Amino acid sequence: MKVILNSEQIEQILKDLTSRIISETPPELDIAVIGIRSRGEILAQRLSSRLSKELGRDVPCGTLDITLYRDDLNSPQSSAQPQVRTTEIGFDIDDKIIILFDDVLYTGRSTRAAMDALTDLGRPKAIKLAVLVDRAGRELPIQADYAGYKTDVAPCELVQVFLSESDGKEEVVIG
Amino acid sequence: MALLKRKGEQFQWQHKHLLGLRDLSTEEITYILDTAKGFEQISTRSVKKAPPLRGKVVVNLFFEDSTRTRNSFALAASRLSADVIEFTEKASSVSKGETLLDTARNLEAMGIDIVVIRHNAGGAPKFLSRNINACVINAGDGFCEHPTQGLLDVYTIRKHKGTLEGLKIAIVGDIAHSRVARSCLWAMTKLGAEVIFVGPPTLMPAQVDQLPVSVSYSLDEVIEKVDVINMLRIQFERLGGNPFPSVREYSHYFGLTVERMKRAKPDILVMHPGPINRGLEMESEVADGSNSVILEQVKNGLAVRMAVLFLVNQAAAVQG
Repeated sequence: MKVILNSEQIEQILKDLTSRIISETPPELDIAVIGIRSRGEILAQRLSSRLSKELGRDVPCGTLDITLYRDDLNSPQSSAQPQVRTTEIGFDIDDKIIILFDDVLYTGRSTRAAMDALTDLGRPKAIKLAVLVDRAGRELPIQADYAGYKTDVAPCELVQVFLSESDGKEEVVIG
Repeated sequence: MALLKRKGEQFQWQHKHLLGLRDLSTEEITYILDTAKGFEQISTRSVKKAPPLRGKVVVNLFFEDSTRTRNSFALAASRLSADVIEFTEKASSVSKGETLLDTARNLEAMGIDIVVIRHNAGGAPKFLSRNINACVINAGDGFCEHPTQGLLDVYTIRKHKGTLEGLKIAIVGDIAHSRVARSCLWAMTKLGAEVIFVGPPTLMPAQVDQLPVSVSYSLDEVIEKVDVINMLRIQFERLGGNPFPSVREYSHYFGLTVERMKRAKPDILVMHPGPINRGLEMESEVADGSNSVILEQVKNGLAVRMAVLFLVNQAAAVQG
């Protein structure tokens, strides 16, 4: 087990991410943050409150459950049966810049599922992908717009994100 | 909800058939209800469709009439992107003498994945599940079970009351001929509610004393005590003999009237599986009143059926 990010570093990543998003998004466009369950949900909430504070206006935040859009649902090889949970997006995503937040970007399959799920909810102006950790091993042509930390760990290794809201501690470990 | 938080031992749905609620555990029923929550929003957004059953074929095999259940299953399957075949007994080879099993095997030969069956013979879904490879969902068999109705009823109650633990629920009317009453009884008691069957002795099932339920022959005695009242339809098509002297007398003793509602708890939930005989089981003012959740039951039925279709298909995928 090797700690690659501690709580200060995670905090710094969110801080940098906030200013990058603000500087790269034209001020006349509406931004909203949507997190992929479950760790992405927490990160999205943190990002949206930082953005709201900096911009002085409300940046809405939602949660996306991608289970129904997974591409391994009918595969007997899939190890654990996924639990369907709720998607909670209480605003119209049409014409907004959607910051899609996930904890780890790996194969890209969750991102593909999330994009399909979002498309069924409306037509955003753009979808930007933000991740805490970008690890090598893409199986689809998908890249992050905002990556907090990049690493090319071996496929056999596990990248685990712990956040205080869900896990009582704040760190990212490889092992 | 605690069950979802437990780490390392995530709950796995195991059944590729849904034949009844009697044999399901509390945990399994809760899992279906929790899953259904995730399907509700599909019906409220701009694209009312999600892809999990893409390429799957669902057959609605109905040997009895139905409005709600048949359409609800068809819509649920379509919203999950499955293809739906509608089978009606009258327009099929059953009228030429084809047996249930032959009908099902022929449909199966076309490559179907899920059979939703309603049949007047109790046990027909179970029989089918033992003889074909497709998933089987019971949409009502004889006087035995109507599991998705039981599930949508407890789902609706849970949404309003938070939990069924400790609730008192009256199921009123033609209990003897009601598969809804039985499925409700299993689901409600497993989730911790206390159930009272109310109706004339002639409409109580034989050996009711062996069920986990109390019996009352007077609606006036229970109306003040209950948190939920589920009014069943008098099934004229199934009634033999004269179970009650007149429709008017039945309505006088067992109808849910505005007068009776005045004595009920102010937050009582009024339910009915439909179709309503207005003025008989229930006065129109009550059916359309503020305590009534009858149309909400229909809406929730869609989410519950999507969840059931999804789960049996998942179990079949894992079992290969």
